[in-house]
Amino acid sequence: MADIQANGLARRTLVALVENKPGVLARIASLFRRRGINIASLAVGASEQKDLSRMTFVAEGDPSTVGHIAKHLEKLIEVVDVADISDNNVVWRELAMVRVRATQDSRPRVIQLANIFRVSIVDVGAETVTMEITGDTDKIDSMITLMEEFGVEQVMRTGRVAMLRSALSPGGEDGAYSKTLAGNIIAREGLESGSV
Amino acid sequence: MIKTGGQIVCDALVREGVKVIFGLPGGAILPLYSTLGSYPELRHVLVRHEEGACLAADGYARASGDVGVCMATSGPGATNLITGLATAMMDSVPLVAITGQVGRAAIGSDAFQETDITGATLPVTKHNYLVMDTRDLAATIKEAFHIARTGRPGPVLIDIPRDVQAGEIKFDEAEWDKPVSLRGYNPPTVGDVDDVAAAAKLINEAEKPVILAGHGVIISRAYEELRELAENAQIPVVTTMLGISAFPEDHVLSAGFPGMHGMAYASLALDQADLIVNIGARFDDRITGDTKRFATNAKKIHIDIDPAEIHKNIKVEAPVTGDVRHVLGQLNPLVANTTHPVWIQHIEQLKADHPSLRIRETDELLGQHVVKAISDATKGDALVVSGVGQHQMWAAQHYQFKNANSWFSSGGAGTMGYEVPAAMGAQIAHPEKEVWTFAGDGGIQMTLSEFATIAENNLPVKIAILNNDMLGMITQWQDMVFDKNFYANSYTGNPDFVKLADAYGIKGIRVTNQDALEGAILEARAHPGPVVIDFVIYADENVYPMIPSGQSVEQLIEENL
Ligand SMILES: Cc1ncc(C[n+]2csc(CCOP(=O)(O)OP(=O)(O)O)c2C)c(N)n1
Ligand SMILES: [Mg+2]
Repeated sequence: MADIQANGLARRTLVALVENKPGVLARIASLFRRRGINIASLAVGASEQKDLSRMTFVAEGDPSTVGHIAKHLEKLIEVVDVADISDNNVVWRELAMVRVRATQDSRPRVIQLANIFRVSIVDVGAETVTMEITGDTDKIDSMITLMEEFGVEQVMRTGRVAMLRSALSPGGEDGAYSKTLAGNIIAREGLESGSV
Repeated sequence: MIKTGGQIVCDALVREGVKVIFGLPGGAILPLYSTLGSYPELRHVLVRHEEGACLAADGYARASGDVGVCMATSGPGATNLITGLATAMMDSVPLVAITGQVGRAAIGSDAFQETDITGATLPVTKHNYLVMDTRDLAATIKEAFHIARTGRPGPVLIDIPRDVQAGEIKFDEAEWDKPVSLRGYNPPTVGDVDDVAAAAKLINEAEKPVILAGHGVIISRAYEELRELAENAQIPVVTTMLGISAFPEDHVLSAGFPGMHGMAYASLALDQADLIVNIGARFDDRITGDTKRFATNAKKIHIDIDPAEIHKNIKVEAPVTGDVRHVLGQLNPLVANTTHPVWIQHIEQLKADHPSLRIRETDELLGQHVVKAISDATKGDALVVSGVGQHQMWAAQHYQFKNANSWFSSGGAGTMGYEVPAAMGAQIAHPEKEVWTFAGDGGIQMTLSEFATIAENNLPVKIAILNNDMLGMITQWQDMVFDKNFYANSYTGNPDFVKLADAYGIKGIRVTNQDALEGAILEARAHPGPVVIDFVIYADENVYPMIPSGQSVEQLIEENL
C-alpha cells in the first residue's frame, strides 16, 4: 500500500488511536496541512476502548514527508498510538454507496452485474437503484467504472479502514506494526528555506 | 473550600514554582487579574505590548531553565503573543501562556474581542487548551506545565473564558495531589541500550570525529557529560548557533560553530570528518545547507529526545532517542579513552588557514569591533542576548562565551524584536548577573516599547545597538544574492536613540569611532541602571564567512581574508 504514484507522491496508510475530545481532528488536520500532506481518505469511529477513537488515514504527499508523518502524529498529546501500516499484513475495506440510473430497460443488467460482484441493492427508485459496495479500493473503482455506462448519479465512499491480520496459529502473534520505520524514511532534500 | 477560577489559577502557578509573570490585562482576563494582586509571591511585570510579554517569558525561561509564564487578554492581546509562541516553539523553550477568553455563552458568536486563539496557535504551540469548566482548571494547569517542561520543551497555551475565571466551585485541595496522566504523552528519557552501544562503537572506530552540540545540550544541562565525552575521546566540538555556550569556547577542543555564517573551520571540520556525533541538534538547514552534499564523508550519530527529528533532514547510521544528558551518561562509560592527534592537528591547521574571526584592518567602527570589545571587557562572563540580522551573527561569532547557557538568541524563528524583551526576561531571571543585548536598529524598533518596562523595573540591562541605519542582513542578501538590487533596506528615519533612551529615563551613550569604544563600555558597566549605547557602525559591511542558502562548503565565501 506504500505506493509511489505517477505524480511522484507517495501514499501511506496510518492507523491512529486518539482521545475522543473536541478539537482532536482539528489538531491532526492542522498537522497534515502544515507538513504539506493531503488526506486522501479518513475514517473515524469508536474503538474498543472507552474514550478512544480509531482513525484510518490514507496520507498522500512527498515521499520523505509522508514516510515521517507517523512520528509527527505521535507527538500530538491526544494521539495515544499511531502506526504506519503501509508495509504490514493488513486487511482493509472500504464501503461505497452508488446511485445508478436504472430504467425499465437497463435495470435487469444493472442487477445482474451487481449480483456478479456480490454487491447488494439497498434502495430502489423509479429511475435509479442504490447499491452498497464493500471491498478494496480496486473493487469499488471497477464497479463504479462498470456502472458508468448506465449513468452514475452519486457516489459516497467511507474511506479505507484497516486492521492488522490476526495470527494464523493460536497463541501466535498478530501481524506486528513495523517497529522502526527507518526503512520507509527518506530524508528531505532541498531544504533551503531561503529566509533571512 | 469555595474558590474562584482565578484563585485556582494563582494557586496552581504558585505550586508550579512560578515567580514571575509577564503580562498585560484586558477585559477577558480581568477576573484573574483581580485575584493576582493578592498573591505577592507571584511577581507581575506589566509590559507595554504582549509580544514583549511572551518574548520576555522566553528570555526568562532560557536563562533560568524554568517555565516562563505570560498572560494576555482575549482577541488582540492573545494574537500579540503569537510571534513569541512561534519563537519558543522553534527553539524548544518551555512557556505557559494564559489568555482570557470571552464568556462561554459568547464563544462562537463573534463577540467583542473574541478570537479562536486555540485554533490560531495550533501550529505554534506544543499543546493548547480551552478550559470550559472551572473544575478542570487545576488539572489543566498542572498538565500544561508538565507538557511545557518535559520531553522536548515547548510553549503551551491555556485559554480561559472570563466566566470560568470568575466561577466559584467547592475545591478539594486533594486535587493538587492527583498525578498527571496522559496516555498519549510518554517522552523518552533513557536511550535504548543497543542504540547507545552502536553509537559507542562508531565513536571508538572513528579517526576523524566531530561533536556537533545543539540546543539540546543546554536544555538538558548536559555540559559536564558533553565535556567528559569530548575530553575522554579527544573529539573536537562544534556547536550550532543555539548550542553556543554548551561548551566553553576557550577550551582547546572548541572549534566554533558551522553553517551559513559560522566559522569556516567549523564547517570544514564537519565536511572532512568521518563521524559526526550530533548531540541535541536537528540538522537545521542553516547548518546543513544542501542536505545531499552535507558531510558526505561522515557517518552520523544523532542523539535527540524527539523521535520525529531522527532521519527527518539527514538520514543517520546511529540514532539514539532519549534525553541528551541521560544518553550521554549511558554512552560515556562505553567510549574508550583515546586521542586523535593527527585529526586534532588538522583542525588546528584549519583554524590557522581560515581565521574566520579575524577582523579586517580599518579605521571604521565595525560591528565586529563592538562585540569583541564587549567580550573582552566582560571577559566572556556576561549573559548575552541578540536580535536577528548581521549584529546577531557578529555577536555569535565574536563574543567568546565562557559560561554554560549564557547566549540567548532566536535561532529557529529568527524573530527580530527579540533583543529587548528577552534581555529583560534574562535580567529578571538573574538580577545579579551582567546582561548585554546586541540589538539591530531595525529589530529594536519592533519592541522598544519595553524600554518603559525596563526603566520602570530598573533592570540594569546594557543595550548595545549596532546601528547601521538599515536592515543590514537584507542589504547583504540584496548585495550578494539579488544582484545589488537594493530596495526597502535602509532606514533613513531612525530616531536619535540617545534622546530616545533619555525620554525613557534611561542612560544613553553614542559611540561613533573605535577610540571611544572602551570608555563607553566602561561607563555603561559602571552605571547601576539600564544603558542604551548607540554604536554608529560602518554600514557597508557584510557578514563573513557565508555559505549561501541551499549551498555547501564548496560555496563558502571568506571575504574577510
Ligand atoms: C519579524 C521579522 N521581520 C523580518 C525579518 C527578516 N529580516 C531578517 S534580518 C533583517 C534585518 C534586521 O535589521 P537590524 O535589526 O537593523 O539588524 P542588522 O542586520 O542591520 O544588524 C530582516 C528584516 C525577520 N527576521 N523578523
Ligand atoms: Mg541594522
